[in-house]
Amino acid sequence: MIESYLPIFIQIGIAILLGLLLSGLGIFIGVKRRTKQKLTSYESGLEPVGAAKHRVSVKYYLVAMLFIIFDIEVIFMYPWAVSFRELGVSGLIPMLTFGLLLLAGYYYILRKGGLEWD
Amino acid sequence: METVSFILFSFLGALVMVGSIGTVWSRNPVTSALFLVLNFFALGGIYLLLEAQFIAVVQVIVYAGAIMVLFLFTIMLLNLDDEQALKEKFDLQKGFGILLGGVLLVEVLYILGLKINLPQKSTTLTPVEIGEAKNIGRELITNFLFPFEIVSILLLLAVVGAIVLAKKNFSPNT
Amino acid sequence: MALHDLLLALPITFATLWTILLIVVEATAKRAQLTFSLTSVGFLILITMMLFPSEQGYAFGEMLRLSPYSQFANFVFALSGLLVITLSQSYLAKENIHFGEYYIIVFIATLGMMLMASAAHMVVLFIGLEIMSIALYVLAGIMRKDLRANEAAMKYFLLGAFSSGFFLYGISLIYGATGEMTLFKIGIYLQENSATSLFWIGLSLMMVGFLFKISAVPFHQWTPDVYEGSPTPSTALMSTASKAAAFTALITVVLNVSSQTENNSNWIFALSTIAVLTMVVGNIAALSQDNLKRMLAFSSIAHAGYMLVGIVAGSDAGYSAVLYYALVYSLMNIGAFGVIALIEQQRELTSASDYAGLFKEKPLLAGVMALFMLSLTGIPPFGGFIGKYKLFAAAVESGLSWLAVVGVLASAVSAYYYLRVVVFMFMREPQAENQFEGVVLNPTLVLIALLVFLLGIFPTGMLRFAGEAMKFAFNM
Repeated sequence: MIESYLPIFIQIGIAILLGLLLSGLGIFIGVKRRTKQKLTSYESGLEPVGAAKHRVSVKYYLVAMLFIIFDIEVIFMYPWAVSFRELGVSGLIPMLTFGLLLLAGYYYILRKGGLEWD
Repeated sequence: METVSFILFSFLGALVMVGSIGTVWSRNPVTSALFLVLNFFALGGIYLLLEAQFIAVVQVIVYAGAIMVLFLFTIMLLNLDDEQALKEKFDLQKGFGILLGGVLLVEVLYILGLKINLPQKSTTLTPVEIGEAKNIGRELITNFLFPFEIVSILLLLAVVGAIVLAKKNFSPNT
Repeated sequence: MALHDLLLALPITFATLWTILLIVVEATAKRAQLTFSLTSVGFLILITMMLFPSEQGYAFGEMLRLSPYSQFANFVFALSGLLVITLSQSYLAKENIHFGEYYIIVFIATLGMMLMASAAHMVVLFIGLEIMSIALYVLAGIMRKDLRANEAAMKYFLLGAFSSGFFLYGISLIYGATGEMTLFKIGIYLQENSATSLFWIGLSLMMVGFLFKISAVPFHQWTPDVYEGSPTPSTALMSTASKAAAFTALITVVLNVSSQTENNSNWIFALSTIAVLTMVVGNIAALSQDNLKRMLAFSSIAHAGYMLVGIVAGSDAGYSAVLYYALVYSLMNIGAFGVIALIEQQRELTSASDYAGLFKEKPLLAGVMALFMLSLTGIPPFGGFIGKYKLFAAAVESGLSWLAVVGVLASAVSAYYYLRVVVFMFMREPQAENQFEGVVLNPTLVLIALLVFLLGIFPTGMLRFAGEAMKFAFNM
């Protein structure tokens, strides 16, 4: 029933409003002094060098991809976990099989150095 | 509570539209990606309105969470410094895209206009119960056990494929 | 998951467990040679399994349908897989991509194809299709340093994912229209109720997915680029077994909706148009190709067209002809790509004129290649002839003589570019001395040639299997 989500939606709404309000207040009642020093990226200390964006290594991508694969595995576990009590052992065995099959994948990643940084 | 769900739907639908238009419109790829996140979240909300709680959770966790990480990494991998270079002129490709979009729109309108008697599945569950993770879990373990187990092979393939294609310093002797 | 189900679906259970074994062994030993041997053993066991009659029926709660039909199809897949990996080894070593993973991925692709051929539920069909497709995307891009292979893999992946999307959308619409996901229940629903437009939209979208996988016109544009860019042994698998798998799944779907498609003039018109276009475009485009891989890519489009003729015929004779042709076509095309791979790894020789004088230096290799070319043309007494004959005969039987005529004319056109290769090999002088030095004939090629020859001379046994596969296919 959609009504039961109403509190959540109200909370989301309040959160958005509060966020906007607080940052908005800063703009309106804060004191602004735009000196050159204040407008640098780091007000004190480091001199900014180069562009903020630079090409990241493909290694991050591999990690992200492996994360997604196991994320999807976990997704299958949610509905099982919710009905765990009801399904009992007959639900445990299929999930164990599923997990064991994917354990081979995890072992493969470990042995092939998929989680090593270099 | 018809009005509540109508208001919510209008709000979420508008968010989806803003998200998708923003994704295509913005010049900065990172902004595009963030608009896509907004789109995904709003879509998750619409799933909730349709009583598909589990799908909504999956939408947020997998799409807005994991898939978006990949999107952002890809953007950073490509290092699209010069956003102006992405600016396209009106060419054949674009014209074709508009044509296809038009065809799709007509199709959608056509389907909306159809009066089709959809077969009713006899089930003891109410729509709310069908969408519950508990019932999906039960179906997964009983009726859909085989597809569920065989998906693990698909995931294994993805693991092997990812390592073979994307691992740095991957050579025949390691 | 009862034990009985596991035993009934033994080929699939076995292939799943063997995949796990392969992955664990590769991860532990890290020796490509060992993984190769184990994969071959796996394929051999599968092939042996298919040779014995086994129990038929539904397994895992009507998810899988085990029958002589799936058995025949699985035989084709396992045989293709085995032949492809034995032809791959030296090529991979030469290109410095001799990963054990290559064999694992070929094996998983075969598992996906087996799922497609045995699927009785659309979810299983889709998962099988995805397993096969994703494995092929990886195989296309396994030459990581090669820019063109990367481009090919990227193209294949993007278009393939797109077509999978169509396929899935079609499945969901058919589910919406009939309320069923199990194929035979869809069939029952359609017998009792008339098909809605929603069903037809769904079926068309599914067909788009299928036509893409078999690279039928107008969904063929990816084929030449992908086949040319991918490593040649991967191309051999892509162009044969994956098409065979798509065709077997297509037959399964068409059979179950046959109450709507039989004697439906719109359906026959649409499908025969696509078949004609595929045959004509494939053959005509192949005429102007000098690069052999591209030529075979276009010719594989044409062959998909011939097989579509069998589907249009819509009779058991037509479907069994498709099954038989899938087997013969897989053998001869794997053979042809095998020869190309063999010559390619020694010298960068890719065009037909480069094969000039092959007969003088390597008579046996030239003979084998000539046999594949003649069989692909459909010249008796080779397997390709019987296959084409059965396909066109089925079309004539179903009152589609004009389609058979177009098919025969298209085959006549194809003779030009196939025989051109033969002429170069046998009648021209080599361009340089010892052009083909170091090319060692792989005994597997001789075996394939022998099989193609035998299938042409003694086709009765295999034809009976193919016929029986259809007879028992869906009468449960």
